[in-house]
Amino acid sequence: MKSFKKRFLSNPRVSIGLGWLAIVFLSALLANQFSPGDPFEIVGKPFAGSGSEHWLGTDSLGRDVLAGMIHGARTTLLIAVFATLAAVAFGTALGAIAGYFGGWVDDVLMRATEIFQTIPSFLFAIVLIAILSPSAFNLIIAIATVSWPPIARVVRGEVLSVKAREYVQAAVVAGQTDTAILLKQVLPNTLSPLIVTGSLMVATAILVESALSFLGLGAPNQMSWGFMVGAARSFLRDAWWLVALPGLTIMLTVLAINLVGEGLNDALNPRLADL
Amino acid sequence: MLVVVILNFLLLQLAPGDLATVLAGEAGGAPAEYIEAMRQRFGQDKPVWMQLLTYMGNILQFDLGYSFRQNASVSSLVFERLGPTLLLMGTTLVVSLSFGTLLGLLAAMWVKTWKDHLISIGAVLVYAMPLFWLGLMLVLIFSVKLNWFPTSGMENITAFHEGWPRLIDIAHHLVLPTLTLSLFYLALYARLMRASMLEQRGLDYVTTARAKGLDEKQITFRHVVRNALLPVLTMAGVQFGALLGGSVVVEAIFAWPGLGQLAYQSLFARDYNLLLGIFFMSACLVVVVNLVVDLLYVWLDPRIRMT
Repeated sequence: MKSFKKRFLSNPRVSIGLGWLAIVFLSALLANQFSPGDPFEIVGKPFAGSGSEHWLGTDSLGRDVLAGMIHGARTTLLIAVFATLAAVAFGTALGAIAGYFGGWVDDVLMRATEIFQTIPSFLFAIVLIAILSPSAFNLIIAIATVSWPPIARVVRGEVLSVKAREYVQAAVVAGQTDTAILLKQVLPNTLSPLIVTGSLMVATAILVESALSFLGLGAPNQMSWGFMVGAARSFLRDAWWLVALPGLTIMLTVLAINLVGEGLNDALNPRLADL
Repeated sequence: MLVVVILNFLLLQLAPGDLATVLAGEAGGAPAEYIEAMRQRFGQDKPVWMQLLTYMGNILQFDLGYSFRQNASVSSLVFERLGPTLLLMGTTLVVSLSFGTLLGLLAAMWVKTWKDHLISIGAVLVYAMPLFWLGLMLVLIFSVKLNWFPTSGMENITAFHEGWPRLIDIAHHLVLPTLTLSLFYLALYARLMRASMLEQRGLDYVTTARAKGLDEKQITFRHVVRNALLPVLTMAGVQFGALLGGSVVVEAIFAWPGLGQLAYQSLFARDYNLLLGIFFMSACLVVVVNLVVDLLYVWLDPRIRMT
């Protein structure tokens, strides 16, 4: 059996995915170095094609498209990653408690999870944003609120299976407290499915964030890919590339995350990789 | 269901400003006593739990409140828009489920050949597309460049079609929105069907059927497909809520006069009563659809009995 690292990195789909993600992450991190200044600033004539001065041309108001894409990467990734982290933290806590304590605690928490899963999630996110008013922080809250249930279910299932193992029983006999057993014995052993689910969730979060920004519910005064598509939508007939480019970037990023996530899954569960 | 109602109420409470101040603001300002009087009329001076009980009572009678922007009751607005949305949902479900399971089935039969890879790559690509972008690209290709389908609306109102021509006109308008909304789910069901077919094929009952002397065709279509459909059906039920969410985006792009577009409009009119009414209605729809899925389950798998 090859090592995890080797199995993960020798997968060509993972390398392609990681390559694209590296570009996106770098432009998000170094947005101000790559394109200093405000991406909303008007730098030239509107609808300029791609030329030497502005690599990808300008949009309907004469804003640099490349600068928008670079700064958009920052907003979109920031919101998607933090929303996922929040959802993972909340979902893990809930799932672990439900799985570990069982009984009525489990019943109540899982019933609540089911209810949140039946609520149409995107509509719920829209309602939340509309009422909390759009801002980067509220976007994170809304996306996290609608995406934690799968995490809670995954963690609960894992905890249920780990809980019965002998080393956990040994820890109980040794007199460790519930908190210590949960944090030190049980949770570390649920990590691998959690990492896979979490990484795939970033992709979903990007899609939700873009769709919200497209509808005009994005963070105000922050460039994002969805917003660029939404702003260019009225000029589809005359300047279709303004719609196509940011959308293509979203698609490639989501695709890259999915490839890496599936690669992680294959590498962590080598027996299932053939399916 | 009850939880959604309470949640709705809490969200209404969270919304900035109450009804009286909003109305006063709209009228261009009002004296404080007038606002107080209005609060009393709307019952907003009572404690929160009393308001909650009134709200729940109203919902039981299907009174979802009043939309002051549209000057009509929320329930009448919602029911007016329900038809087009159900039409869009219905065609999307049929298209995505039938083509999705078909493609998944084909991929599983051609497993590990170039045809299987082609289907899988297509599914992965579609899976990553943002819905709104896909819709706009389809408009660009099929409406702007090729001029095959109309860009928006549900029917050509200026043509005053009746009977069959009207149905054909609506179907013509329906193609692009349905395609946009279907593709993602089509990919999802295709992937699921493929995995589920491959899993079922290795089970004992298939070996038994083979030992009995059935040929591969009979085994696949009479035994494996029926069992492989179950997880796809479950997924379709689970995904229905997401489908409704997607319809907001699709209806906004194609100006489809359904619930999603109403939600989009109410969003910008800050019409919270209407928005929450739509939200409530959607949650009801999801519950109904999941009940139907449960019934289908019993029909597909006689081992499951209703308890």
